[in-house]
Amino acid sequence: MTPEVLLGGVMLAALVLYALLGGADYGGGIWDLLASGPRRRAQRTLIEHAIGPVWEANHVWLILVVVLLFTGFPAAFASISTALFLPLTLLLIGIVLRGAAFTFRTYDHPDDEVQERWGLAFSISSVVTPVILGVVLGAVASGRAGPGAIQRADSLAWLSPFTVAVGLFAAALFAFLAACYLAVEAEGDLRRDFRLRAIGAGVAVFACALAVLVLSRAEAPAVFAGLTRRGFTIPLHLATAVAAVTAFVALVLDQVRLARAAAAAQVALIVLGWGASQYPYVVAPELTLQAAAAPRATLVPVLWALGAGAVLLFPALYLLFRVFKGERPFAVVDREERRER
Amino acid sequence: MPDLLAARSLFGVSLAFHIVFAAVGVAMPLFMVLAEGRALRTGSEAYRELARRWAKGTAILFAVGAVSGTVISFELGLLWPRFMEFAGPIIGMPFSLEGFAFFAEAIFLGIYLYGWGRVSPRLHLAAGWVVAVSGAASAFFVTLANAWMNVPAGFRLDAAGAAQDVRPFVAMFPPGWWQQVLHVLLSCYVATAFAVAAIHAWYLLRDRDADFHRAALRIVMGVGAVAALLQPLSGDLSARKVAETQPKKLAAMEAQFRTERGAPLKIGGLPDMEARETRFALEIPNGLSLLAFHDPDAEVKGLEAFPREDWPNATLTHLAFQAMVGLGSLLALAALAWAYVRARRREPGRRLLWALVALGPAGFLALEAGWLVTEWGRQPFAIQGVMRVADAVTPVKNLTAPFVAFGVLYLFLAFMVVVLLRRQIAHGPHDHPAPKPMSGPEVSP
Repeated sequence: MTPEVLLGGVMLAALVLYALLGGADYGGGIWDLLASGPRRRAQRTLIEHAIGPVWEANHVWLILVVVLLFTGFPAAFASISTALFLPLTLLLIGIVLRGAAFTFRTYDHPDDEVQERWGLAFSISSVVTPVILGVVLGAVASGRAGPGAIQRADSLAWLSPFTVAVGLFAAALFAFLAACYLAVEAEGDLRRDFRLRAIGAGVAVFACALAVLVLSRAEAPAVFAGLTRRGFTIPLHLATAVAAVTAFVALVLDQVRLARAAAAAQVALIVLGWGASQYPYVVAPELTLQAAAAPRATLVPVLWALGAGAVLLFPALYLLFRVFKGERPFAVVDREERRER
Repeated sequence: MPDLLAARSLFGVSLAFHIVFAAVGVAMPLFMVLAEGRALRTGSEAYRELARRWAKGTAILFAVGAVSGTVISFELGLLWPRFMEFAGPIIGMPFSLEGFAFFAEAIFLGIYLYGWGRVSPRLHLAAGWVVAVSGAASAFFVTLANAWMNVPAGFRLDAAGAAQDVRPFVAMFPPGWWQQVLHVLLSCYVATAFAVAAIHAWYLLRDRDADFHRAALRIVMGVGAVAALLQPLSGDLSARKVAETQPKKLAAMEAQFRTERGAPLKIGGLPDMEARETRFALEIPNGLSLLAFHDPDAEVKGLEAFPREDWPNATLTHLAFQAMVGLGSLLALAALAWAYVRARRREPGRRLLWALVALGPAGFLALEAGWLVTEWGRQPFAIQGVMRVADAVTPVKNLTAPFVAFGVLYLFLAFMVVVLLRRQIAHGPHDHPAPKPMSGPEVSP
């Protein structure tokens, strides 16, 4: 395996983790906006507790992807940043507003009115930001971010039915993930609230996935081919389908830990499937991994640095989740837990 | 506004904003753990309350720093795609390592802020130390990337202007790297310490919760005074390295137009780029040669030794440099006064407290001025001698709009941060606010 393919793989893995962790934090914000019913306030409190200690760490995965992109594939970084100037700028404003509003809500006046105002800024930016993120990824996959697109730099070429569908797909996936995670952290009626929300979001995910597939046929033929005609297509779809069905059944049966694991697997497979269908392009259909790659002298030390960093990072992350997500933070099977609190 | 100016303004605003939060992120966790460590050793309630209060401030400032830092990492590409395409592979290494340092900061700050009473006191304190160390490591790595822009190393230019023979670890430690890193790290501690000291001195003057605020002053000034006294020495090391590796920047800093032996040191003054002279300056004979080369007769290169189109704006660079040195000197004086008082085991008097209040913003102003010196002094180059800013900028048009958008956004955030810090820190330990209905991070379940 060449170093650029390996680094591309690391970036895809980082994106998967960003979707599973950072994505779920956006999903939490979406459910904050959609909080309803008699347990409206309890839902929001649970979301705030779930996100608070971890969202900043989860956010770093995105920074890592950006840094690795400009270090390892500088031509792709330059081309994407130029062609997608406008959506990326909007994405940044969304990221700033989301993070700032969440923190300000925690530390501002306990008055209901003040809390509502920050809560609204937080939850609306939590809905809009993943949509823009999806639009950006959709634009990259459908050939709207290549060097050829640079001439139309400040146009709206990145906006199309396909990219919008990918944006909605991303938001639906994050909401689905968040509801599954929150169901594990909730109890009783509150858990039921989030189980039902997860099932609803799962239906939305299915609808968005269908829309993306149909629209990709015309707008992103390479992605469409990857989704329908490549060697890995059938096993990938089968695995994703198994994960999706498992998540649904587990949600209905109130096996929330299993549902959470299946939902995470489903999202991971979707991101991996997108990466695989785009291979060997970083920016379809012009820049391959190889064409955009930095010199080997850069890639090899960066890969070593990533390996060394990972040795420190993963135990630290485990500690974080162990402290805030219970004794068995990643367990799949539900069982009566010894309450440590 | 021309697009190049708009791009520079947008990036400048983004960095000027972020740099404050980044510096706080380096220094504040240290103050926090020093207070908590003392609370654990002595069982003192004042120190424990201090650690908690500072932690709340850190939480607000760190969150804004994290998101404004994200803006910078994207803007590198949005505004300077050609710069990044060239430089990414060469200086990606320190950025990648900074990514891991940032991970450590975010993870352990989460444990620290939300872990009171949830993890053991020792793990809690250790988490705080990890935040303090990785905050400093982040600043270390990022400054290395800037040091490379000042003195590029670790590659060779081929005929087409592309980089060949890239050696990331040579690029990571260009000549002058440790002088600049030292200067930047010290500036973070000085700026944050004096800003925090001003708040506590203010309340001490109004005689509210004297013990609490005295404890706070002892910690921040303990660090801040040492850093402020070391900073002039570090500045001397830095300036001598700049004289050696970036003579053009030194000439702009010192408003030196002519190349001469035994160059005088100009204090104050207004450089006139047209007339190529500096008016109204107080000149100390042979001073510049002495400071820059430790030899009163050394030759100092003036701007006239360089092509006119390669000149930085000497007026701006010199004024920013004078501001940095002037403010830094005032801070060092205040540090001396503090050290004198503490050496005699006395509490600071009202005059010293008023001086600390007045110097509250001085550290951050000096830090911003120093950053402007290094950036303005490198103009018109993004990478000294290799790539001009005008060649690095994006072809995207209408950059005034995002500049205005981020300007307004950051003004609003700055205002909110001040309001919230006032709410969280600026009341005494005995007048607690009403408990929140939606429990914040400190309420353990």
